[in-house]
Amino acid sequence: MKKTQFMEIGGGKGFYGLLALLGAVIVAGLGAFFYMEHTGHWVTGMDNQIVWGAPHVFAIFLIVAASGALNVASIGTVFGKKMYQPLARMSALLAIALLIGGLTVLVLDLGRPDRLIVAMTHYNFKSIFAWNIILYNGFLALVAVYIWTMLDPTVKKFYKMAGFAAFVWRLILTTGTGSIFGWLVARQAYDAAIFAPMFIVMSFSFGLAIFLLVTMATYNWTNRPLGDAVIRRLKNLLGVFVAGVLFFVAVYHLSNLYATEHHGVQAFILRDGGVFTQAFWFGQILLGSLLPLALLYHPATGGSRFWIGIASALIIVGGFAQLFVILIGGQAYPLVMFPGYEVASSFHDGVINSYSPSLPELVLGFSGIGVAMAMMVVGMKVLRLAPASLADEVADPHHK
Amino acid sequence: MSEHKQPDLARRELLGRGAAMAAAGVTLAPGVMLYGVAQAKPADEPVSSKVRWGMLVDTTKCNSGCNACVEACDKEHGLGNEQHSRDGQRTQYIRKVELRHKFTGATHSLPVMCQHCETPPCVDVCPTGASFKRADGIVLVDRHICIGCRYCMMACPYKARSFVHEALTDQRPHTPRGKGCVESCTMCVHRVDEGREPACVEACAADGSRAIIFGDLNDPNSEIAQRVKTYASSEIRADLGLNTGVRYQGI
Repeated sequence: MKKTQFMEIGGGKGFYGLLALLGAVIVAGLGAFFYMEHTGHWVTGMDNQIVWGAPHVFAIFLIVAASGALNVASIGTVFGKKMYQPLARMSALLAIALLIGGLTVLVLDLGRPDRLIVAMTHYNFKSIFAWNIILYNGFLALVAVYIWTMLDPTVKKFYKMAGFAAFVWRLILTTGTGSIFGWLVARQAYDAAIFAPMFIVMSFSFGLAIFLLVTMATYNWTNRPLGDAVIRRLKNLLGVFVAGVLFFVAVYHLSNLYATEHHGVQAFILRDGGVFTQAFWFGQILLGSLLPLALLYHPATGGSRFWIGIASALIIVGGFAQLFVILIGGQAYPLVMFPGYEVASSFHDGVINSYSPSLPELVLGFSGIGVAMAMMVVGMKVLRLAPASLADEVADPHHK
Repeated sequence: MSEHKQPDLARRELLGRGAAMAAAGVTLAPGVMLYGVAQAKPADEPVSSKVRWGMLVDTTKCNSGCNACVEACDKEHGLGNEQHSRDGQRTQYIRKVELRHKFTGATHSLPVMCQHCETPPCVDVCPTGASFKRADGIVLVDRHICIGCRYCMMACPYKARSFVHEALTDQRPHTPRGKGCVESCTMCVHRVDEGREPACVEACAADGSRAIIFGDLNDPNSEIAQRVKTYASSEIRADLGLNTGVRYQGI
């Protein structure tokens, strides 16, 4: 195994074309934000029943994926796996980029985004949201320091420590993200401690899927060598993570199916929920989990970069479906205030709520992906983050 | 673990017997009591945790189809003036809920609003502390520091909160509603601080139903404290152990 050389990317027409495209997505997102902020949220699909809509699906997907994207770096630094070490810089940048993309969407969907400073100065320490603000900011700072220890030989002695701190921090961070739902006692679909570990495994899966796609795209578009060893190692790990998510999803639903009080919400998600049921079975389970698992491990497709790319993309689609089901489906099912009763009111009590995302919400959501990818592209251009070669003889410690 | 503070009636009865005779409940005839109305505190006096404001809803007196409390609330707080919002986006502080038991067929009609929990989930989850509980048990939103994140709406077990979806004009001075903030029943805190009853309670009484009574749960001589002591009452989602300030009889 040779010493890894890192080189900045880009500069060509394709680079600036991609940047322009991402810039256009971001500008569109800003336009959508100004429109919603100026007119008020009545132009969105949200209401007093579905209070968190499409922007939250995008934001939470990106935030969850962000902590998972750091995994590649952690495996190299914390667990000493040599093959992952050259990938650590890209992995850490991707983690920062995805988190900033997600937070951008989250903040711009607030009712009062102009009061962001209030959120930074007034803390209610019983709120997991308040803790998350600290966890997100701390994550950005820690991972930035971690990248610094990888770039600057004068601070290399802190590399291990920074990598370990970032790893522990990211586990706490995703615990916090899952607990946003796990600690909601009011709603039938939430109020389950399993959300914290489930979100951690979801982050492993979504983050690695994005990392694989970004790496393959970067090396393809920059004509740098990318060996099969790296791809094979990552795709096998990705399959394990996808299976892990399936396990947690199965335990969550089986536990709830056992308790009669949860039969209503489970029947809604799994059988009667229309678009939510379809998103669960076809989006999350079939397209987002089983099909990618088959593609990653079947001998006919598991060795093909094309099919590994398709599998990664499907896992991302499945991740969005999963968060759509958790967030919107969980809110669509009515609060159970009077068990055993049929309930009716002028305030949508006792009825299944519906939600149709508006165009500005979707544009804002996609712009979060634009922000993340633009940061990635610019970051790899200005800093030496991407190895000049990930060919097997460079990246594979067992290469002969 | 926080322990719920229940009024210590025995001690209070002993201490306050003299005062109670003069101010609160006076027996006119057996079974007929004259209760004093809530006393206004001076404006410069801080709110005290000696008081726990609450409401008791007698669902057997609440008529299906009667909307007097809802109309009074809307009028008091200037609700229903949205120009653009869809039906599901408009604010309601209080709504009438119609219940029909799936097995027995029993029906009930009752108002549901913020239940003014002793340990409110909305206050727990609010990142900035905009959702807060006054010492006297009234749960409010500080509209100066609400960032409109809506986590309180996710957390409220009673679906009591609304989000202002558009710019509003001509707000009432005591209910400064604004675009992008979350709001809910204030238990008419502006009236309570003046020694008056909430608008819904007043309207229900004026309508002749008197299904909602308001008072200090900590004052053993108040009608509400006497009623909850004498008759069985319940909380909505009592399983959550939130010790709500709004209680119900008949469900």
